[in-house]
Amino acid sequence: MMRWTLWAPLLLFAFFLGLAGYQLFQPKDEFIPSTMIGRSLPEFSLEPASEARPGVTLADFKDGTPKLLNIWASWCLPCIAEAPHLEALNEAGVEIIGVAIRDKREDVDRFLATHGNPYSRIGSDEISAIQLEIGSSGVPETFVIDGNGVITHQHIGDVRADDVPELLEKLREAAE
Amino acid sequence: MSAELGHAALWMAAALAILQLLGGALAQRDAQAPLAALVRPAAMLQGFLAVFSFAMLLWVFAITDLSVKLVATNSHSMKPMIFKLSGAWGNHEGSMLLWVTVMALAGALIAWLEKRLPEKTMQATLASQGFVAIGFYAFLLLSSNPFERLASPVAEGNGLNPLLQDIGLAFHPPTLYMGYVGLSVAFSFAVGAMLTRQVNPEFARVMRPWVLGAWVFLTLGITAGSYWAYYELGWGGWWFWDPVENASLMPWLAATALLHSASVLAARDALRAWTIMLGVVAFSMSMLGTFLVRSGILTSVHAFAVDPERGSFILALLAIYIGGALLLFALRAGSVSEGQRFAAVSREGALVFNNVMLCSILGIVLLGTLYPLLTEAFDVRVSVGPPYFNPVGAIFTIPMLLVMAVGPLLRWREDNIERVRAPIAIVVALIVTTALLVVLASTTDVGVLPLLGLAIAVGLSVASFLPLRGRNLLRTPLSIWGMVLAHFGIAVSLFGMASESAFTEEKLVAISPGETSQIGGFAISLESVDPIAGPNWTAMEARITARRGEGAVEVLRPQSRHFFAPVQQTTESALLTRWDGQLYAVVGAPSPDGRWQLRLWWKPFVTLIWYGGLLISLGGALAIVGRLVSDIRRRRTQARDDDEREELESLRQSGAIPAGSTT
Amino acid sequence: MRGWVTLLAASLAVPVAAQDALPPAPYAYTQLDDPAQEAKAVELMETLRCLKCQSQSIADSDAPMAGDMRHQVRTRIAAGQEPEQIRQWLIDRYGDYVSYDPRITSSTWPLFVIPLILLLIAGVLLARRVGRKSTGGPEEIFEEADS
Repeated sequence: MMRWTLWAPLLLFAFFLGLAGYQLFQPKDEFIPSTMIGRSLPEFSLEPASEARPGVTLADFKDGTPKLLNIWASWCLPCIAEAPHLEALNEAGVEIIGVAIRDKREDVDRFLATHGNPYSRIGSDEISAIQLEIGSSGVPETFVIDGNGVITHQHIGDVRADDVPELLEKLREAAE
Repeated sequence: MSAELGHAALWMAAALAILQLLGGALAQRDAQAPLAALVRPAAMLQGFLAVFSFAMLLWVFAITDLSVKLVATNSHSMKPMIFKLSGAWGNHEGSMLLWVTVMALAGALIAWLEKRLPEKTMQATLASQGFVAIGFYAFLLLSSNPFERLASPVAEGNGLNPLLQDIGLAFHPPTLYMGYVGLSVAFSFAVGAMLTRQVNPEFARVMRPWVLGAWVFLTLGITAGSYWAYYELGWGGWWFWDPVENASLMPWLAATALLHSASVLAARDALRAWTIMLGVVAFSMSMLGTFLVRSGILTSVHAFAVDPERGSFILALLAIYIGGALLLFALRAGSVSEGQRFAAVSREGALVFNNVMLCSILGIVLLGTLYPLLTEAFDVRVSVGPPYFNPVGAIFTIPMLLVMAVGPLLRWREDNIERVRAPIAIVVALIVTTALLVVLASTTDVGVLPLLGLAIAVGLSVASFLPLRGRNLLRTPLSIWGMVLAHFGIAVSLFGMASESAFTEEKLVAISPGETSQIGGFAISLESVDPIAGPNWTAMEARITARRGEGAVEVLRPQSRHFFAPVQQTTESALLTRWDGQLYAVVGAPSPDGRWQLRLWWKPFVTLIWYGGLLISLGGALAIVGRLVSDIRRRRTQARDDDEREELESLRQSGAIPAGSTT
Repeated sequence: MRGWVTLLAASLAVPVAAQDALPPAPYAYTQLDDPAQEAKAVELMETLRCLKCQSQSIADSDAPMAGDMRHQVRTRIAAGQEPEQIRQWLIDRYGDYVSYDPRITSSTWPLFVIPLILLLIAGVLLARRVGRKSTGGPEEIFEEADS
């Protein structure tokens, strides 16, 4: 038997140790990013999710100005946490279009009454159809959409105070 | 007080493990070293202390001592006693304590009973066992102390995950751990044999009962785990190729290969380095499994908090023990001659072929399990699942099963294929006929793999009994019966798996009480859905009647349970077992119009999967008994022969040489 | 092993607080009328990963999103799409992670090459060990001699 073959198991093991050791100290990123960045929103039309705002269609994103598309739900706790920051973005002049996932009209209305309403339009997506179309895997998620309906950026998880400048920057980039 | 006693016992056991290592190591230089004589007693006392420590943990769980942190975070005063006790090992710290307890107990057993190997090899083995134990004691005492007290006791515990509150599951982890730890003994024997260059048939015979024992427990553990997943998860799946399942399958594959190669070593003094290697690999797979599960490296934050400290501790232990053993292997195995070549048509030829196949399957499972980890290092995320494991594994499994059908019929050394022509013809005919029958008789499209599975299972089930032909069944050694049963169990299990994949019927319906449905020849009727309450849950329980043909009306009661400590929703499936399969019913959510979601499956012969597993374990158990009995008998005869020879010798010499100098 | 359990348990157990109140999507828990189409859909669903749960296919999960994905699969199959088309549609949105059936790509080729290498190694190992005749070893075949 050749001598080097005896070292092969040790080498393979060392490779595994290196890999496992490296991965152990990597921040564990469990988010599944959308692979739709740079591609257009699909043709769609959603019924209004609330009395207060109209529904959403693809055409609403094609008026030339970049917008935020916020995927949220009244039953989602982090959505409460991000509400003030969406409000701040709205006050900075950003148009936010909401899509409420698997939600009821009365729950949406109650949420908006309690936590504020930064949305210009809110569509109701009862079977996560649009969510699946744009590669979103959870609530809340926020997408930056340019003036032609093309997705340019995805923010996973709730929007926090320090995410606001970044989203404004992404919107500026999308406008160029 | 009990917690402190347990903790103190753990420290003392750790100290004894160090003594065991030192004594064993010194004995390698000087057999007369004073510490050398202490190795065996140290191992025995260590075993006792570890058991004592574990008993103390059970005690604090039994009395729900909420000043102990582990109890407060994992138990609840309202839980049934059996789940209070199983809660002791249903968590990280407790399960690691269980691990070292079983390990120390195994060490104590070999120190007490095992007298066959040269003392020097035994001391090296026990030193290795002590060395491995030290790492786990350090892990427990330094980073996962199960006896830690809270500054102030809490009023009530957090409770145990409801899915774990299940009788089958209470005994699932200890069973698997016995398997894992049994392999640690095989590992220690392998290291001891390498250190003292005593890789010989005697070593294989001493190691074999431990491998067999570990293998029996692993088989039972995997079988039980699979059945649990099947009835508890509520979707009728019994194997998902989930990383954690694979983590329990890999040691089993390695142990299966090891026990067969140990047989070749025991009978033919061949495959020395290969057997040693497998001894190291089998335990590596146990530790790797523990690492994958405990570190959370392959699971998610959604599932469980990742703990890099624990992960790196186990990884360090892996590096030391497995790295060390592989280094030793690389340095020493060159001098362990592999020597012989095998005739292709011979018992050992078949055994070697299947050993290579088993190791390849192990390689595939390892690759598929770890591959996502590799790509994540490059920020690419992939999933490897059944569509990969099934066909790629089958490339190696199918030839293995075919050789397995014939191998036991062959003679050692060299055989003639002509001699076994008739049995081969029978098996091939069975396989072909079954395949044809299934294709002709089935109305739906049966996949290629299930079809092959069914056909090979039928051939193999007959083939596994052929080694008994021409034998006096009463005088056939138990170990042969063990092999026959285990191989038959493989065929049975395979038949169940193939049948389940090929012929399962599924029906999802939404019906109101009073309405009926049909599945697998059963008339199903939803009688009612009522709320009921258990000790720590409430549930909606459906009352479903099932009737096949003109047979008796059977009642199934699936539940949708809501636990309140901790808050969680589970589905409790209801099963109706018939000789030819199982009816599986789950009740889901109500719809606004008052109808209830029912999920119904008819799974033909699905139970054979687990009966097969039980048969395999039973075969293993018979083989252990058979081996031990024949070994004791052989050693007795040998001892008697030696005595007689010595007597003759001394008579012949008639005192010419003084006694004592004949050695 | 307990880890297995906790993993599955955790992936199953949907925290009640974050549960929506809507009934599931129409085809989440409803089969297609055509058994052939349903069989196709089930086969595909078993190989798609539930994104909200760990290590479960959408065919084995009660998570609402898994239900919504099953709805998509069933309606698309009913509309005449091929399973591989639907798989591709999901991969286009979520990457390879969503499919349990790895394709051969620049990042997955070792998954397919290594088994071939294993096959080769197995062949070489066997060729080296297996000769015309078993030689050496003790004359006597220990204990198995009675077999």
